[in-house]
Amino acid sequence: MPFAIRKLVYKDILKIEKMDIPENKTTCIIGESGAGKSTLLKMLNKMYIPDEGSIHYKGTSIKEMNPVSLRRKVVMISQTPLLFGETIEENLQKGLIFSEKPPASQEELESILEIVKLDKNLETNAEELSGGERQRLSLGRVLVMKPEVYLLDEPTSALDEETELAVMNRFIEAAKAHEGTVIMVTHSMNVAEQYGEELIRISRK
Amino acid sequence: MEKGIINIELWRFIAAYAFIIILLFIVRVRGISREKQIIIASLRMTIQLIIAGYILTFIFENPSPWLTLLIILIMELFAILNVFKQVKHELSKQLKGTVAFSMVIGTLGCLFYFNIVVIHFTPWYEPRYFIPIAGMIVGNSMTGITLGLNTLLGSLKDQRDVVEGALMLGATPKAATKKYVDDAFDSAILPTLNNMIGMGIIFLPGMMTGQILSGVSPLVAIEYQIAILLGIVGSVALTVILFIYIGYKYLFTKHAQLNS
Repeated sequence: MPFAIRKLVYKDILKIEKMDIPENKTTCIIGESGAGKSTLLKMLNKMYIPDEGSIHYKGTSIKEMNPVSLRRKVVMISQTPLLFGETIEENLQKGLIFSEKPPASQEELESILEIVKLDKNLETNAEELSGGERQRLSLGRVLVMKPEVYLLDEPTSALDEETELAVMNRFIEAAKAHEGTVIMVTHSMNVAEQYGEELIRISRK
Repeated sequence: MEKGIINIELWRFIAAYAFIIILLFIVRVRGISREKQIIIASLRMTIQLIIAGYILTFIFENPSPWLTLLIILIMELFAILNVFKQVKHELSKQLKGTVAFSMVIGTLGCLFYFNIVVIHFTPWYEPRYFIPIAGMIVGNSMTGITLGLNTLLGSLKDQRDVVEGALMLGATPKAATKKYVDDAFDSAILPTLNNMIGMGIIFLPGMMTGQILSGVSPLVAIEYQIAILLGIVGSVALTVILFIYIGYKYLFTKHAQLNS
């Protein structure tokens, strides 16, 4: 189990008695808004610290782990797609730069753009991208990092259904190719049903 | 220093207040309700400077290392409190401590280097040199650190998502805030740099004008002016860089999360 959560309490937002999230699988987290789905994701990479209870990652309590090295293994993208740098290339390389890994080759970056179905040049100014394109760019940015775990918060909310399914299909395939675990908060029942090997439903406390 | 300077006669000195009367007349006619502030500002300026004049006369006539140290201490204290007042964001205890530390170390480091190595006056506490130079160095560093802090805390507030986004990708706090820290440094140092660029063309600085008026040769006056500007740039840079190096980590929790 990469993540084992026990007796977790966080403010008035979350209360989880027991939750296990399996390795090398795609887990979808669903639930009404305000149920604490994003909060739960942020607990898994120490962006939030639980008030009570424990979270273990591969057998080690994340309390004991250095937050920066944990986040280099357990990478997260937030709901709003963010831009880091000017061009698409800079944006794709930024995750590797932040996590102090060697940069990716041009071919690698081009294949990433294909996976996330972003039909653009690497030199394109990222400011010109639409919301949906920025979301795909964010997905590409974490994919090139090849982390152990991908925490995705509504990664395809701005995409139409067809593109959403196609992008997630390719993304999950690519993530699994290097034994990545995907944990995804989604509103889309389509995505959850089609790709969620595990489904976790959380409701308001 | 009396050589060449005209001592303004009392009635002529009082005649200078005609400018204030003109100003009062203008605001009255135009219906701008600023009379009270104009009167208060003129009175405060007059009284404060008269007191400062007497205090400085006393200090110059009775040079003492303790008195000089007391003055610099008071200057530092007022400057630090002024930074706290001028920063538009709430400062934690640690950040306040860092501001105080950086101001004291940054300005005193530059001040002593400047006095001992550049101007080279003795004794080291000679108030005629020490106090005005300290005033310029501390004052400019105070403005610099205030600008830097406002820029840094402002962008961390506006760009919180981006900083957190970088942390979530495994960035260290230092890497996640690098851009904003650089911007803060830039905004702190820019006014001093612009000042240097306009120097001598757009305006003649106060210190130099004062020296020329009191009979000092313009060539000596510019020597002092150039030296003090370099000292100011050094002090602003040192103060701000110290603050940034020590202070940025207090913007984060021990779990590398951005402090709220």
